[in-house]
Amino acid sequence: MTSKLRFAGIALAGLLAAGASGAAQAQLKIGFVYVGPIGDHGWSYEHNQGRLAIEKALGTKVSTTYVEKVPEGADAQRVISKLASSGHGLIFTTSFGYMNPTLRVAKQFPKVKFEHATGFKRADNVATYSARFYEGRYVVGKIVGKMTKSNTLGYVASFPIPEVIRGINATILGARSVNPDIKIKVVWVSTWFDPGKEADAAKTLIDQGADIIMQHTDSPAPVQVAEQRGIWAVGQASDMTQFGPKAHLTAIIDNWGPYYVARAQAVLDGTWKSTDTWDGFKPGMVQLAPYNPAIPADVVALAEETRKGIIDGSVHPFAGEIKDQSGKVIVKAGEVASDKFLSGMNVYVEGVDGTIPK
Amino acid sequence: MSIDWIVPALLTIVTAATPLVFAAVGEVVVEKAGVLNLGVEGMMIIGAIAAFATAVSTGSGVLAVLAGAVAGLLVALIFGLLTIYLQSNQVATGLALTIFGLGLSALIGHSYVGKTFPGLAKLDIAGLTTIPVIGPLLFGHDGLVYLSVVSVGLVAWFLNRTRGGLLVRAVGENHDAAHSIGYSVTLIRMAAILFGGAMAGIGGAYLSLAYTPLWVENMTAGRGWIALALVVFASWKPWRAFFGAYLFGGITIIQLYAQGMGVEVSAQFLSMLPYLATIVVLVIISRDKVKARLNAPACLGRNFHASG
Repeated sequence: MTSKLRFAGIALAGLLAAGASGAAQAQLKIGFVYVGPIGDHGWSYEHNQGRLAIEKALGTKVSTTYVEKVPEGADAQRVISKLASSGHGLIFTTSFGYMNPTLRVAKQFPKVKFEHATGFKRADNVATYSARFYEGRYVVGKIVGKMTKSNTLGYVASFPIPEVIRGINATILGARSVNPDIKIKVVWVSTWFDPGKEADAAKTLIDQGADIIMQHTDSPAPVQVAEQRGIWAVGQASDMTQFGPKAHLTAIIDNWGPYYVARAQAVLDGTWKSTDTWDGFKPGMVQLAPYNPAIPADVVALAEETRKGIIDGSVHPFAGEIKDQSGKVIVKAGEVASDKFLSGMNVYVEGVDGTIPK
Repeated sequence: MSIDWIVPALLTIVTAATPLVFAAVGEVVVEKAGVLNLGVEGMMIIGAIAAFATAVSTGSGVLAVLAGAVAGLLVALIFGLLTIYLQSNQVATGLALTIFGLGLSALIGHSYVGKTFPGLAKLDIAGLTTIPVIGPLLFGHDGLVYLSVVSVGLVAWFLNRTRGGLLVRAVGENHDAAHSIGYSVTLIRMAAILFGGAMAGIGGAYLSLAYTPLWVENMTAGRGWIALALVVFASWKPWRAFFGAYLFGGITIIQLYAQGMGVEVSAQFLSMLPYLATIVVLVIISRDKVKARLNAPACLGRNFHASG
């Protein structure tokens, strides 16, 4: 009896192993780790759209799985490790805080390829990628510079990290290039996601004279407030038109699909290498939502011209001469800011009201 | 400097405080009855999604608020059955209720992400709402704001002036004594728990119907926990909970205004202020040990068993 059971057990294990290896050869299993729910209508939602793009493009050559709402920290390492040990050949970890967990798991699973979003640490089997959202913000700056009547822009900001500061600076540089009198007011809410607080911040800015609300937080609440108050808004991460059909000028959209498909294809072809990707408009990693029909044709033309200029390299959002708030030159005339300078940006440029919280 | 911003700022404070008022005042009654329900966040979020789903499918604000209340009450019913009848630990059950509520609301809400609802109708009395300053402040809110003030008054009156309120307090102070003179501790506590659930549900409904009329996962963003802190802050007194909610909302909003006006204080410090104020007041009111002990219901968090 015992021996029979044991035999059955061995046979079963053998079958499972055969099944697993057979599947691994036929299909590349791709795992995704999300920090938010895919229903956040923002950051994680767009990463999930990228996953769906892989499924659409590569069909039966791949199978994908995802784990959502994974807290940054010890839990993340467990989840990533689980994915790596269950036959996934490529794993996307899509939040900054997954950086160290990803690297630790990558060390244990040298054959598995990892892609970490927005991080700066790499390894032989860990690549990093991020998007130049500031390119989108610069184009938006040109639009809002033309659309504002009060010459005051309101900006709902999350945390004073270079990513967010770069966005604020790109906006004001774009806006001032078409309207030198413009000011930008920034309110920090110290959260990525709290619809109530984001709405309160938007109301505050409107009460203080802003007639266009921009945000670097993830909920559509600020767009909704703008709609109620009858002013303009710019959406974040995904198209937020439905929350403010009249107010929504455009939105900066994260489009991870093309990159995800290319990386999955590279693994299938055996050409995958650890790289550091920072893409913008050109490969379509950053996109703009359809322009509000209320934007005059000449402003749309200006925006499109700027966008095309950024793609062909004739326009750079951080082209000199750029001064900081104190009037000190931070990018010299005739030069453009280096990626190193951009990725560590920690000062406001001229035209921003207030100081960066320390 | 212009003071035009003061009236809009006060209006924003009202919207920030109202969900806290509902949830905190409901929890005051629950804790007065000797039950510590830490599941306020879970009941609020279930109320929020139930109300939003109802609003989107029926278009009726009144039905939506009712749905929020009923949903909060049903979640509280689970808590009541577990802690009162099955004697489970109140702290653990309350925490589980919050996690359960967040998960269940995400599940129900899946198909409501991205839907919109125009928001609750604002009161608009011809000739009154248009009076400068006082008009919008007194007559320009949606119905729930007025309901929140009325409910605080009613709860205060009920707890302090009625026989029913006396029973609730008796059960919370000494459940064995209340039992020995023939009152049903279980029924009274159950009623208090259900009331607290319904109020938390309405607080959640206010979030998804009026504050930010939309549904996104986890949209309560910790307000249930703030409501719990307010109950202690208020030393279990309804009107103090009300003022606590407005103080908290007020400091939150004023720090946003201060930033917008370029006041040179770090945003992190300003974000911390409401919590700091709560702690300071807690220290002040608990300096007098005897008084603090008198305020806290003596049987708070202790399960009742008739044989024990």
